[in-house]
Formats: sequence, structure tokens, C-alpha cells
Amino acid sequence: MRRVVVTGLGMISPLGADVETTWKNILASKSGAAQITRFDATDYKCRIACEVKPVGHEYGFDASLEVDHKIQRQVDPFIVFGIAAASEALRDAGLTDMTEEERLRAGCSIGSGIGGLPGIESESLVLANKGPGRVSPHFVHGRLINLISGQVSIKYGLMGPNHAVVTACSTGAHSIGDAARMIAMDDADVMLAGGAESAICPIGIAGFAQARALSTGFNDTPEKASRPYDVNRDGFVMGEGAGVVVLEEYERAKARGAKIYAEVVGYGLSGDAYHVTAPHPEGSGAYRSMEMALKKSGLSLADIDYVNAHGTSTPLGDELELGAVKRLFGGHLATMSMSSTKSAIGHLLGGAGAVESIFCILALRDQIVPPTLNLDEPSESCLGVDLVPHVAKQRKVRAVLNNSFGFGGTNASLIMKAI
Amino acid sequence: MSETADRVKKIVVEHLGVEAEKVTEDASFIDDLGADSLDIVELVMAFEEEFSVEIPDDAAEKIATVKDAIDYIDSKL
Repeated sequence: MRRVVVTGLGMISPLGADVETTWKNILASKSGAAQITRFDATDYKCRIACEVKPVGHEYGFDASLEVDHKIQRQVDPFIVFGIAAASEALRDAGLTDMTEEERLRAGCSIGSGIGGLPGIESESLVLANKGPGRVSPHFVHGRLINLISGQVSIKYGLMGPNHAVVTACSTGAHSIGDAARMIAMDDADVMLAGGAESAICPIGIAGFAQARALSTGFNDTPEKASRPYDVNRDGFVMGEGAGVVVLEEYERAKARGAKIYAEVVGYGLSGDAYHVTAPHPEGSGAYRSMEMALKKSGLSLADIDYVNAHGTSTPLGDELELGAVKRLFGGHLATMSMSSTKSAIGHLLGGAGAVESIFCILALRDQIVPPTLNLDEPSESCLGVDLVPHVAKQRKVRAVLNNSFGFGGTNASLIMKAI
Repeated sequence: MSETADRVKKIVVEHLGVEAEKVTEDASFIDDLGADSLDIVELVMAFEEEFSVEIPDDAAEKIATVKDAIDYIDSKL
């Protein structure tokens, strides 16, 4: 099998409109959470979210720098975030000017968990109030999940595999894993892979709140709401944004002298086969996903220095993931660190696995692991696990594991290592 | 310039993201302003809203330039 490396990174997050700004803010223990500004959430049980900041904010996102005005008007924000993150990643990799021959072997695998929910909501209101003749002709292709991959392929002329994963909160990790396999299997030489989400809209917040998934007890102290592994956690905080990486066949990357961040060495996937929203009570799906990734990687547990946990800050999910990690790592727990960056940027749903994989890659690059914010009072089961409370920690990082688990009982784990 | 022309041009600028100077009366939506057929559908909807007129599909299909749009709307006002 051909080897696959990461040669470019791109990100739009609640803590920055690019990779380095976000990373700097993550390491400085900043929180991207605040009161919802997108709509009047006064009557909602959850009134907080981690929104991507607007133009004018210290680290706001200016869509016009990356995306045509016309496209911005036609598509949902998750597509705009995805195009922007993909553009940054491609520039970072130095691949914006590939030849036609190269572009025939370059593709996209950028997915989303929910897709264009805000646009579906608003056009439904147009339909109800003004009739079918007023629905936008761009409604469908402005909301479809695979339209990040579609738009990015058109913008950069990428004619290789054009794919989009939809596995709820595992989307970002599955996208990277699937795309890495396409390169390993010789379907492509270069893949833009990742995920994006923007579902902070009335129906999105109401829907997740009704599913009892969101934090509702910290509306007046939003930066305290996302607190994975803390005894007072009460649900996740919705985030938004996008993460995209450039994956490249190793020999090709080496030959062109590319900056190589990491090698994707392990990918595991599993299904809980248990319940649509609740994780398996023994965390068996999570365990098998990690175990498969480890087996594929050829590494031993002693080589994994950092785990970026799914850790959404829900009472049940955090506990079960922690249990699965403890069972898998056993005696090696003492030497690894694990944290949840959702404590800082919230849960990016379909974008989560992608941005968190990027944090893993940066941990490898900088030999520092990001913190779990708000871990004031760890639950009993945290004993013996270094969850990097409150502040980032400089340490040796040789290989990293990223976990993502989604509604429907879908699990993905990625292992990357320095080259 | 007529008031209709002003309002039509403003809509075109906003929807297609083109510079106002490019939106001359002779400009073709597709050839000069970078629109595709769906953009024209959207523009026609915006004209209908703005001027409270109805532009049936067969009439909409004949609107190729900015002037075509202005003339059709003026004929219905």
C-alpha cells in the first residue's frame, strides 16, 4: 500500500479564521463560546454557542477573501467555511497551481454532518409564506453536503475522486480516513479531506436541545459550559467552522520537497449497533474503532503520546469514551495525555474530526498538547488519566490518536505520526 | 436613466456580485456579467418582487440583456 502524508492544513473556527490563529488561541486556553448572535435565542433552553466570529472581531472571518460574492449569496455558510478552509490548506501545501495532469489525480473528500440547515429552514419559510414560485433556484445545490467538494473542485480544477462523507459527528475523521485510503489504493495522488458545519440556527439549536444533547445550565457563563470530564458537565456547546487537510502520496510529497506534517498510519471504523443517540453502554464501538486504527498503524500503545478525545461534555458520552480508552491503553495510560479541544471551540459536528485531527498534527509539530478547559472537578473515573486540565502542556509527542463518534452509533479513529 | 433602469441595475449588481460600471443596458447577463441560467431565474424572481409584476417563464426566457429586462418591466408597469 502507498504511504499517505499530510502536507497542508486549513481551518475556520470559533477561535480563528485560519490554522495558526486558532492554534495560538487554543494553546492560550481561550474559549470561543458566547451568547448566540445569529438569531434571538431568548426563548431557547440553550442560548449559547461557539460561533465563527464576524468581520471586525479580533479573529473574525472575512468570507470575501476566499469566496466569490455570488457564491456566498447562493450557498449555506458551511460551504463557505469549507471552501475557505480548503483554500488555506491548498496554499499551505503549495498546490494551488497544479498542472492538468496533476489535477486529474487530485480530488476532494469534504463532508458535513447536517449540511445546509439554516438555508433549509429559511427557504421553508419562503415556501410557506410566499409560495413555491419564490423558492431560490439555488436552494438545492446551495444546501447539499457534497457541494463543498463540488465547489472546491470547480475553483481549483480538481478532477480526481469527488466524495463527501455524511456520518454525523464522525464525518471529519471518516473523510480523512477514506481519502487516505483512496491515495493508498492509487485512486488519487492528492486529496483535500475534511469536514464543515454551520447549524447554529433556530431549528438546529431547538432540535439538539430537544434531543437533550446541549448544555443548558451555563447560559450566563458560556465560556464555562463546555467542560468535558468535569462532574458538572451537562451537554455539548454547538460550534461551527471547517477543517481541511491536504493528503498526499508520500513519494510524491518527498520528491517535490513538500513540508510534511505527519503520516496517516492508522484508520479504524466501527458501528455501535445499539441506539440512535446513546453510545453503547460498554463503549464497545469506541474501543473497536481505536483498536482497529492501532492494528493498522503497526504501532504499539506505548507509541501513542496524545489522544484528542471525542469528549463532547455530555454526561454519558465522556464517561464511556474514557472507559474505552482506559481499557485499551491499560498499563500505558500513565505515559499518555488526552484532552478535549471541544472545551474551547465547542462541537463542530461534521467538522469536529477534521479540526481535531489538525490539532493532533500541530501537537506533533510543536511538541505540546492542548488543554481541556473547565476541568475543575474531574469525575471519579478520570483518576490515572492525564486530561491536561486548564493549560496546555509541553511534552514529547511521537504519535497521536483522534476519536470521533456520531449519532447512529458511527465511530472513527485516526492515528498519525511524525515522519 | 429611468427609475426602472436604476432599480434593475442595483438588483443585478447585488445578485451577480459585478461592478456597477459593467452593468450597461447592452450587457448580456450570460456573456458579459457571468450569469448562468439559474442566476437569470433568480434575477427574474428578484425583479418580480421589486416591481410587483409577474414575469411568466416564456417572457423570462427572452430576457438576455439588461435592456430586455428594463423594457419588459416598463411594459408591465
